[in-house]
Amino acid sequence: MPALPIDEAGKYVAGAYVVFLVLVLIYVAIMAAKLERMRRDLTELADLAESRKREAA
Amino acid sequence: MSAARVILVKDLRIELRTLQSLPAMALFAVTTFVIFRFGLDRTSLEGSLATGVLLVTILFAALLAINRLFVAERDEGGFDAIRLAPVDPTSLFVAKVLALLTYLAILELIAVPVFAGFFLDDAAGLLPLAGILLLLDLGLAATGAVVSTIGANSRARDLLTPLILLPLLVPLMIAAAGACEPLLAAGGPEYGDVGQWVLTMALYDLLFLLVGYATYEFLLED
Amino acid sequence: MSNEDHHQHTLLSQLKLLTRRMPSLQVLAFATVAVLGIAFAMVFFYAPNDADQGFIQKIFYVHVPIAICALIGFVVAAFHAIRHLRTGDPIHDVRSYVAIHMGVIFGTAALLTGAIWARAAWGKWWVWEEPTLVSFLIVYLLYATYYPLRYSIEDRERQARYASVFAITAGAFVPLNFMAVRLAESLVHPRVFATADGGLPPEMLLTFLVSITGMALLFITLTRFEMSAKMTKGQISRLRRALDSEAPAAPPSRIAPAVPNET
Repeated sequence: MPALPIDEAGKYVAGAYVVFLVLVLIYVAIMAAKLERMRRDLTELADLAESRKREAA
Repeated sequence: MSAARVILVKDLRIELRTLQSLPAMALFAVTTFVIFRFGLDRTSLEGSLATGVLLVTILFAALLAINRLFVAERDEGGFDAIRLAPVDPTSLFVAKVLALLTYLAILELIAVPVFAGFFLDDAAGLLPLAGILLLLDLGLAATGAVVSTIGANSRARDLLTPLILLPLLVPLMIAAAGACEPLLAAGGPEYGDVGQWVLTMALYDLLFLLVGYATYEFLLED
Repeated sequence: MSNEDHHQHTLLSQLKLLTRRMPSLQVLAFATVAVLGIAFAMVFFYAPNDADQGFIQKIFYVHVPIAICALIGFVVAAFHAIRHLRTGDPIHDVRSYVAIHMGVIFGTAALLTGAIWARAAWGKWWVWEEPTLVSFLIVYLLYATYYPLRYSIEDRERQARYASVFAITAGAFVPLNFMAVRLAESLVHPRVFATADGGLPPEMLLTFLVSITGMALLFITLTRFEMSAKMTKGQISRLRRALDSEAPAAPPSRIAPAVPNET
């Protein structure tokens, strides 16, 4: 592992890369919330379709 | 372009009769100068300070006119009339640009001498300044007409129009300030760098006139 | 199939054709991870330290590619907007919206990393002397108004049309803005971020190129991700309508453009 200068500069560089990482993760979190809502909707619609099928039978 | 002329004449006649925008703009400008006198605690301005005060005042006075540019069209069904009439929709754009240009020119005919009287020690740079202001007005008019149309057809229009307009005007204001500053310099006007700023302003005006002209019919579509 | 269903089906098949020619989302995602991973490894283990700024210069490899991708995204959005106005096909409006949305997100990242760099290099969180940062801020402020613009127009078609006009105007504005700010600053202060262009040693240049490729891939991947989510939501609405369900699960978003399978 190459020697990285552990000084003031290191914190700022780390900060910048952390900001980038956090923003990407926030995006992932928002998409996860959307995906969860879609799953709920689909479950509801699947139940509805199945109950219709049962009624028709 | 006779449709444009008809609309322009209509607007100017209404303005002449009702005096909605112009007195407000002029009063606003003069009052703002007074506020600057006290806010900056200065009785004489030159160079970048003078430029800043003058241009910011003109910009916000222009906003007053731009905000109410399409009030009549929106309230009295003018947009529908243009859509139904067998005229090119861009004639409305041309008319509004010329109308704004006229209002701003008249405003400056009042505000600039007042500004010179309040703050300037010598008026040597005023004539070339007028040329710069004309270019500025053209840019304000072109961008203002487009953004005002967008705002007129939305809710919260008084908020939306300046919100979108101000960032768009930044390059124009930068160039105008760059051109005006040497003209209002302390020892008399200097003309060294003005050329590139004038070029930038002309480029801006051309670009936004073209963009406005090309996209205007889509703004008027129902 | 009814006429409307047929129309929607055609739109969907067109979209499927389009996306089949391009790499799938999975391929893009893995490519992004690979390239960005390599890029960051190169930043810390391969690229040499800058002579003037030292270790702080490493921020350059994450800040500048993100900023460039945001700006390209805005310009691409303008082209999608032109196609939207030309054809009236709402799919182009969706593309334009997503491109701007992603540009604003990347722009936020660019401004934040830029501020950190400024603080590290000159002790201030913001510097007016750096024309690129200032130009970028103005562009960012402009595109931030895209959301209130869309939000304030209720009619979906008109909203899409006005948004397209805005995207085109703003896209034309971007180069002009950079030019004007650069002119203004260069007269007063010399260029500060001299490392940002030219005069880069080859190891730095290579690292930079890999990084910008990675960021571009990230932009495209997230854009596809977003589009995929929108399309899926549209399909769910379509399914809901087909089942004649009374209550919609969530009120339709006012700001999102009308996806082809949504009304």
